[in-house]
Amino acid sequence: MLIPHPLLGLRDAQEFTYLGDAALLDRPSPVAEGAEAAFCDYVFLRGNPAGVHRELWFHEQGDRSWLVVTRNTLTHEILGAELASDVALALKGAAE
Amino acid sequence: MHFSGLRVIKEALTGHKGWKPLWRDPAPKPAYDFVIVGGGGHGLATAFYLAKTFGQAKVAVLEKGWIGSGNIGRNTTIIRSNYLLPGNEPFYEFSMKLWETLEQETNFNSMVSQRGIINLFHTDAQRDAYRRRGNAMLLAGADARLMGQGELRARLPYLNFDNARFPIKGGLLQARAGTARHDGVAWGYARGADMRGVDIIQNCEVTGFRIEGGTVRGVETTRGYIGAGKVGVAVAGSSSRVMQMAGMRLPIESHVLQAFVSEGLKPLIDTVITFGAGHFYISQSDKGGLVFGGDIDGYNSYAQRGNLPVVEDVAEGGMAVMPMIGRARLLRSWGGIMDMSMDGSPIIDATPVDGLYLNAGWCYGGFKATPASGYAFAHLLATGRPHETATAYRLDRFARGHLIDEKGAGAQPNLH
Repeated sequence: MLIPHPLLGLRDAQEFTYLGDAALLDRPSPVAEGAEAAFCDYVFLRGNPAGVHRELWFHEQGDRSWLVVTRNTLTHEILGAELASDVALALKGAAE
Repeated sequence: MHFSGLRVIKEALTGHKGWKPLWRDPAPKPAYDFVIVGGGGHGLATAFYLAKTFGQAKVAVLEKGWIGSGNIGRNTTIIRSNYLLPGNEPFYEFSMKLWETLEQETNFNSMVSQRGIINLFHTDAQRDAYRRRGNAMLLAGADARLMGQGELRARLPYLNFDNARFPIKGGLLQARAGTARHDGVAWGYARGADMRGVDIIQNCEVTGFRIEGGTVRGVETTRGYIGAGKVGVAVAGSSSRVMQMAGMRLPIESHVLQAFVSEGLKPLIDTVITFGAGHFYISQSDKGGLVFGGDIDGYNSYAQRGNLPVVEDVAEGGMAVMPMIGRARLLRSWGGIMDMSMDGSPIIDATPVDGLYLNAGWCYGGFKATPASGYAFAHLLATGRPHETATAYRLDRFARGHLIDEKGAGAQPNLH
């Protein structure tokens, strides 16, 4: 699998470490009401779709950036990649 | 139709005209007391024990494709009970005991072969860890014995003992472990269940659950609605997809695990060997093929095929432990979809929906668990209480913090 790194172009997936569901970027607030249950869901329940999945890959043997990769779990086709920091900033912007 | 040596001789002398199909092909009835979703090893075993041990007559198994077409037909056929933690080891030892009498129980040749398993260790620290594991096994009533390097050299002279990076110091032997003919296990359970009145309905995909007031009433299928007193889901690999139809999210990711078989060779490996410094396990089938595998690919997948980096990794593991296999040609490789749970251990439990039960999260260890999984799930479905060896496999253990994490890897499914 080749991952289209937004800064470095096509890179072999072997250079990356896989973490999983990109929803992990959306960490619950530790001071909100029901934080314990929210963190339990955050840690243990992840998206596991058969089809298009947005997921976190770490470019460990490259520039050590985190990417959000969009991939089809039925075919392993990679549909796109963006910097996780950009996605996190957009999430934060949307929340505020 | 009872199988026996006498019967084989009689059929041989009369032109093999008396053999009949091993199970019927019934149309679905409007309703059953128990509907099992998934005609794999665990689903068929569940139906078998529901009918035989718990005396239930109105049971159906619904299978999307043909029975045994999932992971029961895709694994590397190893059976063993060499676990460490108290939540796991008694369950797997219960399974090992059921394997030992499986063929008498089902009157079917599942080719259970107790050829032993040897887990190699490569450092002093690993010897300590394996000694501890062996002691945990003995405490749970299983068998285990630490083999020194001398004994191992005599038994398996072809191992690469003096590998500079991964020298082999010895191994942990479980002599009662071994292999079984995986398809034969599915067929044996299917035939045994069918003989006791279970309807095995193939090409019948569940497309939804009918849930009224928090209680399951039945399942929608491609062959119409089927009512059910209780519904048991045993569809490892697809658990998230199926339970999503009941509005549930599971602590599970689906990952692809590859397996490999070489060309047929003369008898060479008379046990099961696992490499302790990487992830590689190997045995030899009765047809002569070397059957081996390694790690999962490590990313979510429903593709039933993997990628080349893991093929290379598995081949490297094989070459590190027994360089002689480098000359054998690879015949086939394939992939299966694993329910990788968040702590590496399975779930056999009721769900928040009344009457809906879940058997899932087997990671890549489901085959060896088949008999105990079926027995424990049947116990839960028939009595409403978990089997005594499966009390730790609760769905809510993640929220309670009672994880069963053999490797201590945390909530990271691709590391289990």
